[in-house]
Amino acid sequence: MWSYVFKRLLHMIPLLLGVSLLTFLLMSLAPGDYYTSLLQNPQISPDVVARLKAQFHLDRPWYIQYFFWLDGVLHGDLGYSMAYHISATTLMVGRMWNTFLLSFFALIIAWGVAVPLGVWAAVKKDSWIDHACSLIAFVGLSVPDVLLSLLALWFAAATGWFPVGGAQSPLYDFMSPAQQFWDRVHHLILPALVLAASSLAGIMRQMRSNLLDTLRTEYVTAARARGLAEGWVVYKHALRNAINPLLTIFGYSLAGLLSGAFIVENIMAWPGLGRLTMEAFFAKDSYLVVDSVVMATALLIAGNFIADLLLAWSDPRIRLE
Amino acid sequence: METARPIATPGTEAPLSPWRLFWQRLKRRRIALLGGVILIVLYLVALFAGFIAPYGYQRMDDNGFFHSPTWPRLEGVRLVVPRYQEEPGTFNYHPVAGDTKPIHFFVRGDRYKLFGLIPSTVHLFGTGDKNYPVYLLGADQFGRDEFSRLLYGSQISLSIGIIGILLSFTFGMIIGGISGYSSGWTDSFIMRFCELIMSIPALYLIISLRATFPPGMSSAQVYAMIVIILSFIGWASMARVIRGMTLSLREQQFVLAARSLGQSHLKVIVRHILPNTFSYVIVAATLSVPYYILGEVVLSFLGVGIQEPNASWGNMLTAAQNTEYLKNYPWLLAPGAAIFITVLAFNFLGDGLRDAADTKSL
Repeated sequence: MWSYVFKRLLHMIPLLLGVSLLTFLLMSLAPGDYYTSLLQNPQISPDVVARLKAQFHLDRPWYIQYFFWLDGVLHGDLGYSMAYHISATTLMVGRMWNTFLLSFFALIIAWGVAVPLGVWAAVKKDSWIDHACSLIAFVGLSVPDVLLSLLALWFAAATGWFPVGGAQSPLYDFMSPAQQFWDRVHHLILPALVLAASSLAGIMRQMRSNLLDTLRTEYVTAARARGLAEGWVVYKHALRNAINPLLTIFGYSLAGLLSGAFIVENIMAWPGLGRLTMEAFFAKDSYLVVDSVVMATALLIAGNFIADLLLAWSDPRIRLE
Repeated sequence: METARPIATPGTEAPLSPWRLFWQRLKRRRIALLGGVILIVLYLVALFAGFIAPYGYQRMDDNGFFHSPTWPRLEGVRLVVPRYQEEPGTFNYHPVAGDTKPIHFFVRGDRYKLFGLIPSTVHLFGTGDKNYPVYLLGADQFGRDEFSRLLYGSQISLSIGIIGILLSFTFGMIIGGISGYSSGWTDSFIMRFCELIMSIPALYLIISLRATFPPGMSSAQVYAMIVIILSFIGWASMARVIRGMTLSLREQQFVLAARSLGQSHLKVIVRHILPNTFSYVIVAATLSVPYYILGEVVLSFLGVGIQEPNASWGNMLTAAQNTEYLKNYPWLLAPGAAIFITVLAFNFLGDGLRDAADTKSL
């Protein structure tokens, strides 16, 4: 088990190196940088700009820049945000935490709703509940995140029950800890719900079909033949086995979740990685773009890793070597 | 009493071809056919957008900022639209009672080019009078007809999906075929590169790719750029699956036969191996088109795709991001509904195709 964990962790290193190298290459192909716009400012002398460029190694070829960046990252320094004038590490940690928070709660909501609904639909196959669930699934799979986020904004603006975007109120710093906590939760609810809704449908459909497959197996028939109560058969025998394959789509759904979070963050002004990427993109803050792409990839890889471990933990037949 | 069924006479009919069987299975799935019909209608409308749209996509109405939707009513045997009066300075429009104008068909209006070639001024419907506009879905913040822009936008949003799929799946199939057929270090190099691309969350990669293009491109260049970006991301997953299929296909006897007849490696891949993956590819393509459409929508929505004044479903939705607009003029969400219907139709059709391609299904 531990050797497997170690091996997987080792496998991540070349992947992250490759991702950072690719993003660096792409950013070096980008025309102009943050300082090209500064050069047009008559208030700033070209000498100052040249000095700043030299300070951040932007006057070197991209592969040299990459090694400087890599050296910094290995020392826990993600570089300096030219547009925000603060350390990229500080910026990154806060934004990553926000994205993690949003995705985490969306994940809990999505699974907490989708799994019971999927089970319900499978147990009551061909009833109106089943049909309603499959309708929800079809609609849910087809509603674009953009539209869902806009509808949520509309809802927030029309009812005034939820704040319109953002992660905290302007008066956040003046609140008591309890109020601060409530304020954060209040801001989190709507984006998390939108993000959860977009991944709910896929999980529900998968849960339903898994459970239906399991209910057709012989050991379930055998359990019924022994005279076990139907509830015991479904929840104790079938469900346990039907959930295992679902954990594989857990890892798969993370990629969709992060892309969904990107859209939700940008529309609902949630200060996460996706929003930071767009801000850095528009400001041509190239190190920050690289940082956020690498961090988003790291989140995804870590999520997939956890999914694999969960699968191994829940299914004793899987041996990790 | 049941009537005796005629005894089947074996061997008199030729067996149905795989495509006929496929079609028979597909025909039984009503919802897939519904999806197909919706898509045909949508693409036809996109093709004739200039003719069906009552106005040009750039035409601004100075007296119609945020004009509310005008619905034609039946008056006697004619369809009429009322004249709308604005409450001064509020962008609230009210119909003026008794003051109506009939809708004519094949009226003259804004210039456009049918199929981008034939110049014309004939529109399917309209009043032909500036003071009696027909805004089926209202107007946006510049007084441009939302319905007309929706139709023009569909030309971009719908075609990008198809072109993107064609490009990325062609590349994905060829690269995946080469990878699986050649094995060795070529194979592992290609597969590691695919893993690299697939491990980056799609939208983050899209934005970094977008950064490599210069600002101030023409609309045709932007269109090509979006297709290139989306295809660059899309080919990887296709290549991986095709590689897996090729690995087992290349061990089959027909490949050996083709090789022993002296055909080149590339010809074996393209002519003999890849055609065997078609049924999978067609289903996967149908189910993937929505991702390409949504890719364009997100890029244009964020302001880095199709630029104003050109219409796309994505950049039309940008106006709806303003909560003040959204609250008062909800018809700005119309492109969202169009995206939803398109994606739903593709999912219906794709699901049906997948079931029909499954030879074990009835």
